[in-house]
This record gives sequence, structure tokens and C-alpha cells, in this order.
Amino acid sequence: MDLAYTEAEEEFRRRLREWLAGALPGLPPKPSPDDWPARRAYDTTWQRMLYDAGYAGLHWPADAGGRGATPTQHLIYLEETEKAGAPYVGANFVGLLHAGPTIAAEGTAEQRARWLPPVLRGEAVWCQGFSEPDAGSDLAALRTRAVRDGDSYVISGAKTWTSHAEVADWCELLVRTDPDAPKHRGISWLAMPMDAPGITVRPLRTLAGSREFAEMFLDEVRVPVRNRVGAENDGWRVTMVTLSFERGTAFVGEVVACRRTLDALADEARRNGRWDDVVLRRRLGRLNAEFRALWRLTQWNVAESERTGGVPGTGGSVFKLRYSGARQELYGAAAEVLGGGDAFDLDREWVLDRLSSLSYTIAAGTSQIQRNIVAERILGLPKGR
Amino acid sequence: MDFQLSDDQRALRSGMRDLLDAVFDRDRLRAAVERGGTLDRALWRGLGAAGFFALRVPEEAGGVGLGLPEAVLLFEEAGRALLPGPLVATHLAAGLVKGAAEGEAVVTAVDGDLPVAHLAEADAVLVGADVLVGEPLRAFVAAARPVRSMDPLTPLHRVAGRTAEIEAYPGAVPYEGALLTAAEQLGSATRTTDMAVQHAGDRQQFGSPIGSFQAVKHLCADMLARTEPARAAVYAAAVTGDPVEIAAAKLLADEAAVRNARDCLQIHGGMGFTWEADVHLHLKRAWLRAAARLGGAAAEELLAAGLGTARPRSGSSAASGGGTPEAGGGG
Ligand SMILES: Cc1cc2nc3c(=O)[nH]c(=O)nc-3n(C[C@H](O)[C@H](O)[C@H](O)COP(=O)(O)OP(=O)(O)OC[C@H]3O[C@@H](n4cnc5c(N)ncnc54)[C@H](O)[C@@H]3O)c2cc1C
Repeated sequence: MDLAYTEAEEEFRRRLREWLAGALPGLPPKPSPDDWPARRAYDTTWQRMLYDAGYAGLHWPADAGGRGATPTQHLIYLEETEKAGAPYVGANFVGLLHAGPTIAAEGTAEQRARWLPPVLRGEAVWCQGFSEPDAGSDLAALRTRAVRDGDSYVISGAKTWTSHAEVADWCELLVRTDPDAPKHRGISWLAMPMDAPGITVRPLRTLAGSREFAEMFLDEVRVPVRNRVGAENDGWRVTMVTLSFERGTAFVGEVVACRRTLDALADEARRNGRWDDVVLRRRLGRLNAEFRALWRLTQWNVAESERTGGVPGTGGSVFKLRYSGARQELYGAAAEVLGGGDAFDLDREWVLDRLSSLSYTIAAGTSQIQRNIVAERILGLPKGR
Repeated sequence: MDFQLSDDQRALRSGMRDLLDAVFDRDRLRAAVERGGTLDRALWRGLGAAGFFALRVPEEAGGVGLGLPEAVLLFEEAGRALLPGPLVATHLAAGLVKGAAEGEAVVTAVDGDLPVAHLAEADAVLVGADVLVGEPLRAFVAAARPVRSMDPLTPLHRVAGRTAEIEAYPGAVPYEGALLTAAEQLGSATRTTDMAVQHAGDRQQFGSPIGSFQAVKHLCADMLARTEPARAAVYAAAVTGDPVEIAAAKLLADEAAVRNARDCLQIHGGMGFTWEADVHLHLKRAWLRAAARLGGAAAEELLAAGLGTARPRSGSSAASGGGTPEAGGGG
């Protein structure tokens, strides 16, 4: 057991740190959370800067345009960018963290060459069209139909909760290509261009007041058959790859951000006198234990994936389950630190984050679903009611 | 960074598990319960011969010369097997108290105002930096009052005039004690999870294994979700030896051991409430260990004191720095 980084890893860290110190002051001002086009521009500008500096797609394999960095280097990257206060992936979330890695793992050489470089250069934003009004946790119940017509699929149906749909160029879309097959067998995974005729995006307002996600109506949208990743009707298997990336690695960098927030909370509490409240102080102490442990668990999982290679395993569900709850606890404590009126003032730091944190036990598979996965796939309990 | 067990560490752990399977199986566990937790001196010497107490004593001084990470693995196994005795105190006393390293002496310790474990059988008692043996030990024991211990594996004595003061924890040794205790909790948490999953797969109700019911499944999943972060915290603290990290490890391992034992009991239904089931033995020990060596409030205070950007950070390289994180999105 060794937590020390190698000389090469430390060298990587030093160079990244130097670059961040030089690059961050040059970023444009942060847009308002509700101005999605401006947010897209901000996020993709940052992505372009990463690309030019050679940090884009660090953890992607070299034949997918990535840097082929080790999982540990990727961890260092997440740690250092969060510590430096660099922008979060934002609108690039889906492309960089799960659609991209899925295409890298399952796509053909032509598909990789076509879709991945634009993601890395910040030219293409992806969204995730998995959930439907009647298929959320039971994702395989999806009904959006794709009927083969020559070289195209003709797609009709509805998707919902599609994050960043308003500004996305591409959508990783799940469709039913065989309505007669058992429900997990008739699904295909497609890349749908968001400017195709027949797509209507209707933004939904979140409880935080923002237009984070949208409904998407598909009316005879034509998507070329060559946009299918994986075999026809084999989309459920491809989806499992996507979900394992989403649950396995996508939230790791945020643990560092949570630790920064916790430090800032302690500073604020010491400043405003709330630190003298022993119950609150100990609550923050407990959260310190929680996030330290989550960080160590991340290091453990990364070292393990380095040892075994390949797609992250179901261990991501344990992490996601625990992390999502901890994050909500963190912002609950933040409200107490702010106290009274400030806890209800949307202009105060952390108040918006508190609202956003409510989605963590729902999005990317609810906590109940994660528990089912942990119980059945890790602990081996029988499937059933 | 290679935060995984090395081959040697794996071998050490499985060697310990095999040893305990051989010398402290369930029959011996239940025999120890019937004896009221009095120690089996032959077993104690066997542990000594296997290097359990001398593990971290330097080779020049006749010890095994290994470190905290290896000790943590052994204590985890001890916790898993519910091995009785003042294991942590004797381990810490190796090299300090004659016979401790070899398992010839049983050494216990005073820990704040908690009752003292295995005092009547002890050959030495650690009281802060002092070691009591011989006449002073006999006087100390004579002044102590036996307690009817809730834990049948841990005889307890009340001693007069001690107060619990975490601030008074001087030097590294008390923290090491807290970490080794956390490792025992981790082992216990792992064991009660295994027991719960096993039972949930075997026991049938309504024509199905109870483990097919989601309410039961989710209890089991939460047990694992408590154990795994605790494991990462305990192992990491063993590598860094950092006090704040040890406090985190103790806090999470305590919670995992206590709550997993509670859930395991629940999953066993009426059988879980019997003396026959081993669950209560895990729960009672877990409660004792949670109060001992850096209890909840003390650990939380230590962890709180370790927060803030103004203070120098020990141990970990993560976190600190300005700015605010953005709200994360994603599907
Ligand atoms: C902020 C946010 C962003 C999102 N972004 C995207 C996106 O970009 N793309 C996308 O495709 N989706 C996205 N989602 C959708 C998300 O994946 C779903 O909301 C989630 O999977 C739950 O599905 P549902 O909303 O239909 O809830 P339901 O499945 O109806 O669940 C309702 C409740 O029932 C419980 N439940 C359901 N089934 C079970 C079961 N078998 N056992 C126990 N409990 C159960 C759930 O845990 C939950 O508590 C997003 C969601 C949020 C909140």
C-alpha cells in the first residue's frame, strides 16, 4: 500500500500546476448560470485551452485522440484542476465523461475519428437521451422507436431530463429497434445530430430555477444507420458501458471540490461566530472524515483499475451511493453555517449548490437503484421483488 | 501511487486468517463466551509466536520489523474473528513491557474514564506514560471495582479518578492505538456484512430468500457502502500515520461496525436477538471499541480543528486553495 506518487507523476503534477497558474487568469468572465449559450461558450473555450495545452482527453486511449494517461495521472489532473479553481467540465460533461469514453471503447475506427476529436477540441457538445417520461429507473422500458428505412433509422418518441439539450450538437440516444424482442434485447445506441429535422427541445425549469435540462420530442427524425455504436439490438450492453463510466469516474473530481467547500465553510464559521456551536462544528468534523474517506476510496479504486485495466466496475455504485448522500449533507451544513436569512438568499455562495445537490441521489441512477446494483451484483443477493 | 495490498501484505493477511481459523474457530469463540472472556494463555502465546505483538518491534530488537499497514491487516482479521483480549494495549506495549512481545504477558491500558478491560488477568497496565507492574499493579487492581460487563468477551473494571481528555493524547502511540482499534472495527463490520448476506441468501420467507426483498437488500447494500469508505480511510491512515486521518478512520470504522452489527441483527430477525447468534457479540464489542481510544466527539473535534484554508494541512495533498466549486450537472 503506497500513497506516494512516483517522480514521473509528481513531474506531471508540477507541469500541470504551472500551466494552470498561467492559463486561468486568461479565462473570460464567468457567465450567469441561466445564460446557456454563454455557459456553453465558456465551457468549450476552457476545453479548447486544455486541448491546446495537451491536457484534453487525458484518460482516453491514444487511438481515440487521447493522451493515454494512466488513471493515476487523470486523478492528479482532477485534483489539481479543482484545487486551482479551474472550470468544471460543465456542458462538456456527457461528451468527455461518458459518451466519449463509450465511443472510444465500443465505436469503430471511423466513428472514433469522426466524433472524438471535436469533443476534445471543445467543438462538439453532447447530451444524453436515455430517460423517457415512462422509463427512468427502468431504463430498458424505453419506447422511442427507430424503424429502419434504407440507410437511415426513422425515430419517433420522447426523451426527458436531457441535460444541456439546448446547446448540444450530438445526443447519445437509446432507441428501440426491435419492439418484439425481450425488453433488454431490442435496444440500439445511436449518435443523433441535434440539428436533424424533427427534433423539438423544450427546456424544463429545475427547482433551482435554471434551465439545466429539457424535454426532447422526436418526430420522424432520420439518423444514418452508420451512426449506430455497437450492433443493432445490442445497445443495452453498450449502455452498461456508458453507465459504468457515468457512475464509475464522472464524479470523482467533485470530491476535491467538496473538500474545498468544507474548508471554506470552516473559515466562514470561524468568521461569523457559528464555530462556537459545538453541534455544528462536530458536524463539519464528521464531514471532513466523510470526504477524506471518499477521496481515499477514489484513490483505492483508481489504483485497482490501474492494476486490472479496462472499464470501471460496479464499485462505482458504492462510491456514487455514498458520495451523493455526503454531498447533500455538506450543503445542509452550509445552510447552517450561513445561518438565518443568508441560508435563503440565492445570491449567497452555496445556496444554489444546496439546491443542485438535491439531484445527486436521483440523476445517473437513483440511490435505490444503486443499492439494488450493490446488493445484486457485488454482494450476490438474489434478484427479485 | 499504488494504493493496493502488496503480495506480501495479502499473504500476511491470509496467513493470519488461516491461523485464527485454526486456533480460534466458532467453538473456541463460544467457549470463550462461556468462560466470561477469561483469556486462553496458550492462544495468547500462540499469537505472540506468530508475531502479532512484536510485528512492529524492530528486527534488531528481536521483533518482526513491519509497519502500521501490516499491523492494521492483522487487527482487521482479529476483529473479524472477534478475538478477545487487550490486543491493542499488548501490541503497543511490545518492546516496552517484558514478555509483551512474546505473548507471555497480558498488558491492558487505562483509557480516560472508561472501564478497563481484562484488568484482573493483566500482567501490566499502561496508565498514560506509566507502566504498572508488581506491587503497584496489585494495589491498583485491589482499588478497582469489577463491573458486570455487557460484553461477555470483555471483563471490565472501574478504576477511580480518571478523566477522558483527548487533548491530552500525547505523541503518536495513542493515535496508533486508535487506528488499530479502527482496524478491528473494520474487520467486525466486514464480518457482520458477510453474515447478513449469507443469512439473507439462505433464509426463506414468503417462498423466497429474504435477500430477494428490496428492504433487506438495501440494508445489505448500505452495510457495504459503510464498510468500503471505512476501509479506504483505515488503510490510508495506516500509510500516512496522520492524526486527523486516523480520527477520520476511527469515526467511520466505528460507525460501520456499530451500524452494520445493528443491521445484521435486524436481518437475522428473532434469531438475531438470541444469545446463540454471534451478532450480539459483534455489536457489544463494537460499542466498547467505539467509546474507546478516540471516541466520536473527540474524533469529530479533531477533524473539525483540521478544517479551514488558514491552517497548514497535514498528511493528504488534496484540498485547500481558493475559489468556489460550481454546481455539477450531468445525467
Ligand atoms: C439533474 C438531473 C439531470 C438528468 N440528466 C439526464 C440526462 O442528461 N439524460 C438522461 O437520459 N437522463 C437524465 N436524468 C434522468 C435520471 O437519470 C432519472 O431521473 C433517474 O434515473 C430516475 O428516473 P425517474 O426520474 O424516471 O424516476 P423513477 O424511476 O420514476 O423513480 C421514482 C422513485 O422510485 C424509485 N424507484 C424506481 N424504481 C425502483 C426500484 N426498482 N426499486 C426501488 N426504488 C425504485 C426511485 O428510486 C425514485 O425514488 C437527469 C435527472 C436529473 C435529476
